[in-house]
Amino acid sequence: MIFVSSAMVSTLILDVGFMAMLVVVAFAIVRLQSLFAIVMLQGVYSLLCAAWFVSLDAVDVAFTEAAVGAGVATILMLAAMLLADRESKPVPINRQFGPILVVILAGIALLFALPDMPTVGDGNSPANSYVGMDYIARTADEIKIPNIVTAVLASYRGYDTFGEVVVIFSAGLGVLLLLGLDGNAGKWKAKPNGIQLYAPSAPPARIKPDNDGGESS
Amino acid sequence: MAYFNLAAAFFVLVSMALMLGRLLLGPTLYDRILAVNSFGTKTVLFLCVFCFVIDRPDGVDIALLYALMNFIATIAVLKFFRYRALDVSLAKSHITQSDEER
Repeated sequence: MIFVSSAMVSTLILDVGFMAMLVVVAFAIVRLQSLFAIVMLQGVYSLLCAAWFVSLDAVDVAFTEAAVGAGVATILMLAAMLLADRESKPVPINRQFGPILVVILAGIALLFALPDMPTVGDGNSPANSYVGMDYIARTADEIKIPNIVTAVLASYRGYDTFGEVVVIFSAGLGVLLLLGLDGNAGKWKAKPNGIQLYAPSAPPARIKPDNDGGESS
Repeated sequence: MAYFNLAAAFFVLVSMALMLGRLLLGPTLYDRILAVNSFGTKTVLFLCVFCFVIDRPDGVDIALLYALMNFIATIAVLKFFRYRALDVSLAKSHITQSDEER
């Protein structure tokens, strides 16, 4: 039992380390001027979140965070950055008092709400008492999938998940239409009957023919 | 053995902090790309070590997926900075063809 408790304390040290690094990354994102460094830092923020979620024993959430945050969002932010400026201008100090006032008030409100949170591992907490126990009791008989989270997402709340997928797909489609990930939105030339004549894809001035990444298939 | 794994996880955390320092200070763009790539590798290593700490070795499979995703993201970032586009094939024949088109 002593061994278990000390292992818990060491995991807590890892959690605190991850949270400290998250704070450092967040302040760096706010303070830096180079937008490329900020995009890279956002990818690192997602990776840190993923590692922290793993440390909190939420591996599925961590996987989503790593795939969406570190993978897709980084590329989308890069595309947005290439359409816009490379540097951000600092906000003058007299325009920063309003936002920090809002943040402080919201933080005080959240601290005020803190005593209503259930303690960690509480058997009577809302997550452990109502419908969750029902899922745990009935999944093995009704769905016959060993993973209860999968059963809830894909079967009990299947229509819900389907709707989420549709929303995410249309959001991604809208982002792609807005950004134009080929980098030359507006430069397309087409015949009146709609056949595409000329779509510049790669700037040839940067290409050396003997040095193209070695990924040739 | 659990303490060994915990110590390894802690030092993966320390190396993550070092990569973070390179990412913040890094003078050139490629320092930062390499720092992000290496940070992703450290995340994979942390996942591998930590799933043995909590005694669930099937986390190694998820770590493999992380490694694949990290590689693809780095390739995408590099490609974006070279070509300003994502729909460029990396094969050599396509590039010479697009050279002729211009």
